[in-house]
Amino acid sequence: MSAASLLAVDSLWELFSRAISLRDYNTRVVLGGTTMLGISGGLVGTFLVLRKRALAADVVSHAALPGIAVAFLLAERLAPGSGRSTSVLLCGAFVSGLLGMAMTLAIRRWTRIKEDAALAIVLGLFFGLGMALFTVVQRTKTGNAAGLSHFIFGKAASMVASDVWLIGVVSVVIALLCCGVFKELSLLCFDEEFAAARGYRTVLLDWLLTLMAVTVTLIGLQSVGLLLVVALLLIPPTAARFWTNDLKVMSWLAAVIGGVSCAGGVVLSAAFPRLAAGAVIVLTGAGLFVVSLVLGKERGLWPRWQSQRQFERRIGRSDLLRACYELLEPILGPDQTTQESLTKYEIDNLELLSMRQWPAGRFQSMVSSAVRESLLDANFTGGYRLTLRGAAESRDAVRRHRLWEIYLLTQTDLDPRLVDRGADGIEHVLDPQQLADLERQLATHLPEGIPPSPHPIASAAIN
Amino acid sequence: MNESPVIDHEAMQEPPTRLVAVGATEAEPVSPLLIEDVTVAYHHRPVLWNIDYQAPSGKLIAIVGPNGSGKTTLIKATLDLVPRAAGQVLIFGEPYRQQRHRVGYVPQRTSVDWDFPVSALDVVAMGMYRKIGWLRPVSRKYRDAAKQALDRVGMVDFASRQINQLSGGQQQRVFLARALAQNADLYFMDEPFAGVDAATERAIVDILRQLRESGKTVIAVHHDLQTVHEYFDEVVLLNMRLIAAGPTADVFTPDNLRKTYGGKLALLDQLGEKMAQPRSR
Repeated sequence: MSAASLLAVDSLWELFSRAISLRDYNTRVVLGGTTMLGISGGLVGTFLVLRKRALAADVVSHAALPGIAVAFLLAERLAPGSGRSTSVLLCGAFVSGLLGMAMTLAIRRWTRIKEDAALAIVLGLFFGLGMALFTVVQRTKTGNAAGLSHFIFGKAASMVASDVWLIGVVSVVIALLCCGVFKELSLLCFDEEFAAARGYRTVLLDWLLTLMAVTVTLIGLQSVGLLLVVALLLIPPTAARFWTNDLKVMSWLAAVIGGVSCAGGVVLSAAFPRLAAGAVIVLTGAGLFVVSLVLGKERGLWPRWQSQRQFERRIGRSDLLRACYELLEPILGPDQTTQESLTKYEIDNLELLSMRQWPAGRFQSMVSSAVRESLLDANFTGGYRLTLRGAAESRDAVRRHRLWEIYLLTQTDLDPRLVDRGADGIEHVLDPQQLADLERQLATHLPEGIPPSPHPIASAAIN
Repeated sequence: MNESPVIDHEAMQEPPTRLVAVGATEAEPVSPLLIEDVTVAYHHRPVLWNIDYQAPSGKLIAIVGPNGSGKTTLIKATLDLVPRAAGQVLIFGEPYRQQRHRVGYVPQRTSVDWDFPVSALDVVAMGMYRKIGWLRPVSRKYRDAAKQALDRVGMVDFASRQINQLSGGQQQRVFLARALAQNADLYFMDEPFAGVDAATERAIVDILRQLRESGKTVIAVHHDLQTVHEYFDEVVLLNMRLIAAGPTADVFTPDNLRKTYGGKLALLDQLGEKMAQPRSR
């Protein structure tokens, strides 16, 4: 028992190390070819996603099924034994895939059926037809052994070197083509009408993109299978979009993610032959997608949440410090609010809370984070005192706020009762760079120091 | 090695026959835009009927009309973006496809998805893709030209900003810069003032005037009747048919506006009163 399991572990390790170290010529070729497939899938998929044609790829792959079956049956009838040739089967897949695509376009053009419905109809029709034809294939003498089901579920490891060379070369061609017409495709995806006005044949560009997507789909059938091949086109670009706002970076990243998930999938499925390669490839990609969704620098959930929190904290902090200042201002007198004098008076917790309509919980967390950042000193009596740093920042916050209030009062027709709110809005909505520019312009028209509030402070509490 | 002779396809083409506007002699400058008897139909429903118009050179021209009156369609039919059921359009005396390089186009801002992953500079460079040519990346020279165009609309500081982070007015200015980068002689703009802030409106008006000073012609769909007099030299009043066209002072009258809008505008009465007062110009 234990010997057997040891043996299993041993052979597993043996398999794994063979896969990793690429000792097999075949594994090496499969790895190279499939990685190229992932790269070109990521590149083409980028434009497909931006052109909002994601579902079309799914239709093409499903529509390929009857073509494969028909090609097999025809080839067997004409020359028995030739039905297993990959190129024959892919030719059939290509024809019926394009036919499916053309039918979708025709339905959309000539009937009032909407695009999503047209896609679903064609997908169902062709896939159903394909399944029916497959039962016919299974009944033929050679059909069972022909490995046609690999086209449905994919089996990267079983591919022979000559097939993979085809996949690799076609992938490289597509990737190069994609880079060559990068400009034109990006213009097509962004502003089709402008492209047309500039004299681009947008219909031809669209067909070029469709053709590239169909080709990637078809050469991906063997390794990933037609059920999942669409993921090769869609997962990498959508994952890449979370990291960047730049199309070039996005397409490179999509190519890398596609390549990595394919390579990872091939290695894993070579190590564990019972795993379906297609599933492993797609799951690897999906894993990268989830990571991107959460951590992606530009649009990921975590960075977004972080910046939202930071923003709220910044607003809370400046509001709190302003309230401190405005509480002390009447005590000190308008011209006596120097940095040092602001630190001398104690601020009562309840009085501070009454300056604005803060929810109690938020107020507490604002105060305690201000204490943590040593802007406020907490007294054991339950009151607070501004630190030197806090005093300086509170003066800045008040000055900024009042500059805006005065600007709004003098330069716009805003109701004087609303300027406090308006100034708040400007301070909190503008980004720091814009704010700095505008404040520099404003400050040249105004005296140094902190101008008096243009409205009674009490109204701030009521507002 | 056997060197194959270089064939200049451009030179092989026959020079395009010059079609001169009816009544115009060779000496007169050819009209930047001549629309003859153009009819456009969508799904067998006509949206433009028998439009005839000859645009003067070097003027700012407004196309004015109610919603659904075919203003955008007129521009699109001119630029071969929608098929014409009848009639012809000549740009500087030739069909559009031979004069593309002389025509700049600013589509409606809302016609594209601004969440697209490109920067303001990338969008402006798109105006020069034709000139750059296939298979070539956007070189330094064109990037500089794009920056200059952005500078003209006051957006050079935003060159590397992603377009989804721009305000509506800024997006409009980027679109304008893209057309400026084409360095055209005739510009079509579809509602350049729609939904922009006051600063952008002023900036766009300044650009339009600069274009006019350098002899360019601008044809813009315009919605704000109040500013037509101030901004535009010529007006085309459109409501599926051409109601009137000509210099603003002659054509932009309450009577013509009533014909265009079918008396639906309460604003017309106010405007009528304004027009009735002797203008001190």
